[in-house]
Amino acid sequence: MADLKTNFAGISSPNPFWLASAPPSNSGHQVHKAFEAGWGGVVWKTIGAPVLNVSNRYGAWHLGGQKMLGINNVELISDRPLEDNLREISEIKRAWPDRAVIVSAMVESTPEAWREIVHRIEDAGADGIELNYGCPHGMSERGMGSAVGQVPEYCEQITQWVTNVAKIPVLVKLTPNVANIVGPARAAIAGGAHGISLINTLNSITGIDLDTFEISPNIGGKGGHGGYAGPAVKPIALNMLASVANDESIRASGVPISGMGGISNWSDAAEFLALGATSLQVCTAVMHYGFRIIADLCDGLSNWMDAKEIKSIEEFRGRSLHRLSTFQDLDLNFKAVARIDPDKCIKCNLCYIACNDTAHQCIDLVSVTGQIVSPGLDFQSSGKQAAIDGRPTPMVRESDCVGCRLCYNVCPVESCIDMVEVPSGRQPKTWAELSNELPEVSHDWNAMKRYREANGIRIH
Amino acid sequence: MTFKERVAPVRRDPLAEETPAFTPNEALLEANRCLYCYDAPCIQACPTHIDVPQFIKKIASKNLIGSARTILESNLLGATCARVCPVQELCEGACVLGHEHRPIAIGRLQRFAIDSVTKDLFKPRPPSGKTVALIGSGPASLSCAGELAKLGHEVTIFEKKSLPGGLSTYGIISIREPIDIAVEEARMIERLGVRFEFGIEAQIDDLVGQYDAVFVGAGLGGSPQLGIPGEEDILDGLNYIEASKVDLNSVPVARHVAVIGAGNTAIDCATIAKRLGAETVSIVYRRSEEDMTAYAHEVSFAKNEGIRFDFHSQPIRVLSEDNGVVGLECCRTEPGGLDESGRPISHPIPDSNFVMQVDQVIKAIGQVKHLHRLDTERGFIKVDVNYQTSQRSVYAGGDCIRSHGSASTVMAVQDGKLAAMAIDRQLRGSNG
Repeated sequence: MADLKTNFAGISSPNPFWLASAPPSNSGHQVHKAFEAGWGGVVWKTIGAPVLNVSNRYGAWHLGGQKMLGINNVELISDRPLEDNLREISEIKRAWPDRAVIVSAMVESTPEAWREIVHRIEDAGADGIELNYGCPHGMSERGMGSAVGQVPEYCEQITQWVTNVAKIPVLVKLTPNVANIVGPARAAIAGGAHGISLINTLNSITGIDLDTFEISPNIGGKGGHGGYAGPAVKPIALNMLASVANDESIRASGVPISGMGGISNWSDAAEFLALGATSLQVCTAVMHYGFRIIADLCDGLSNWMDAKEIKSIEEFRGRSLHRLSTFQDLDLNFKAVARIDPDKCIKCNLCYIACNDTAHQCIDLVSVTGQIVSPGLDFQSSGKQAAIDGRPTPMVRESDCVGCRLCYNVCPVESCIDMVEVPSGRQPKTWAELSNELPEVSHDWNAMKRYREANGIRIH
Repeated sequence: MTFKERVAPVRRDPLAEETPAFTPNEALLEANRCLYCYDAPCIQACPTHIDVPQFIKKIASKNLIGSARTILESNLLGATCARVCPVQELCEGACVLGHEHRPIAIGRLQRFAIDSVTKDLFKPRPPSGKTVALIGSGPASLSCAGELAKLGHEVTIFEKKSLPGGLSTYGIISIREPIDIAVEEARMIERLGVRFEFGIEAQIDDLVGQYDAVFVGAGLGGSPQLGIPGEEDILDGLNYIEASKVDLNSVPVARHVAVIGAGNTAIDCATIAKRLGAETVSIVYRRSEEDMTAYAHEVSFAKNEGIRFDFHSQPIRVLSEDNGVVGLECCRTEPGGLDESGRPISHPIPDSNFVMQVDQVIKAIGQVKHLHRLDTERGFIKVDVNYQTSQRSVYAGGDCIRSHGSASTVMAVQDGKLAAMAIDRQLRGSNG
């Protein structure tokens, strides 16, 4: 059994899975239940300035019968009295000393307000504080949340106020609603942050009610952007995590990152860890299925680690980071082609139409007798047997395949289409190298043509 | 409440439609399972080539009007076909998900789409000034009439019975297609502008000359003669099904029933007898199970209903007493050489006679062909690629032309549709 123990800036937890600061961590009752189910830690739903909430506060985006690929919300920070929250935080920490209890906070932007909330959180016995610089609605209009996270100077200043007075670790939670998240991350570290959490929710509108033309969800005839989260944002979160984790100055600081954004199962979790996260926060998957999903998160991660003979998270944390590259450092001469396994192919021919309509027209339809045939149906025949026997099979014309990987992505059958690396016959060459050696290829199509011809590069 | 009232069972219609309709939620889940294959095999397998993935994706996007229209554009009798088509042999049998999993429930999705839409989806073209008469109002004629009406022609259907729909109305067991479905479908055709004349057994010669074109979709006749003693005491299978559909109370219920035949109609008759309370129902067939013309899924359905099968048994005579039938005498057979259908000829085994103790005998051994002065092929009306008979301007389709392959509703619908296109070409051609 692999060791899932986590130490984040001195905060320990039996596993890396924390409930994110959100509705699931709104009360002692909920957190108690979550810890009973096995969650390693919690970031308590943000406490701070007084607020009131609205109804219809969660919107969602569904696709193809799959519910809640994305959830959006205009719920504010905790609307429960500060005293209730602090009392329950202290009760929880006493009852669950081995779990990480971090409290998210957001108050008006004055040193006094922050000093007071920090002291009260510390008095409750919390292990850490997370500064919510991410909330994109309601609080931002009041100069808090993403209004802070979007301006590196504010980010650094407020973090400094907090770290000046805090005795426990301070995490800064960043908003993704910026052009480059590295700036605010560096600012937080400059302000003394002991940890970075990312990503908070993205600005979003989930839809329009086509019966009424109301914004969905409808809040008394109106609606607006809310914070978007869930499986759909995972790729965005991974990218932001990687760019922060790979930033040289941030790396040098040794400040750990708590990763979140669409983590739904153990393999998502492993990916966040491979890109440098130290702890993981989960919200939407819990809001969809309840605290019980922790069973697969822990068990799945542990089983995978066992299979890989990885003994601790630290052993593989950040293992994929060195592979991160920008386009100009990718090998232009790396060549892969698609190969379809005819034994696994069910002849849905989705790869054929995707390739032919929208990619590079290099998949043929081949009849049972091996002839390349035109698409189309035979309206003179019918019946199951005629349909099955006469159905052509898709086959990649490898000489023309550019290796775009679209067919691989649309194929509904597990490991039916494989992207196979094939020798290009050319030495590795990046765009950076090429444009350095032959600067003219970057602005002169004739030069590019000469280079291609000299190197046998054919564009299909 | 008295004790008696409390225990009285709520009697469910024994012939109520068997397959439940999809709920909207079920339909959505199932529709979302469809892969949306390119040049999908289900389209190829369907004799009317409905664009199945298209109509299913339209269900998934909640575009039910579009979905129903996609179906009806290829097959105006989508409601009937959704229920009676042997989907295992057609669209669902070809579904790529059938390899390792469950094929998409195409028939039930089609039923959901059609049943969800109550408004009329087609607006006929302006009147062409041409007239067409159709004989019979079964699937072939309804399909042909509907397509012609959409094209703007003035269409009249002559039906000898009092209700439209042919075998859909009278000849398919209610558990698969209730009578209301078939009648409502014909009303939809009527709303396209088709006129119906009921109770008239029209003759081709009376119509030729009066109309610009004639379509014969008269189906086939009653059961042929077995030529055995006591045959007058045998019930005709199609009449038996008809009675069960028109007035359940008019169906004579017996205790022990023998059904002679091996096709889908025999299975339907046996099912009705069993559902209405017969203790034993036996299908009597002179050949083997493999030689049956009924679909395999129908045979397995019948077995689940508790219907017995007596293979290699050939009826010799019906035994009757004053109160009616008391038995069916049969003899055993053995297979011999192959006949023209490729099935073994059954030879009676001498001294193998036995008597089945039954009080009702039903025969469902196919249908006789009508006599026409049109050219025929193996007794069926002969048509060319345009569904035109040996007489110019007289077209035919459906079971009455099915000299090859097995007769089915969906094939009849396709005949009617293609014949309508040919008739339209002829009518517009003669317009100059």
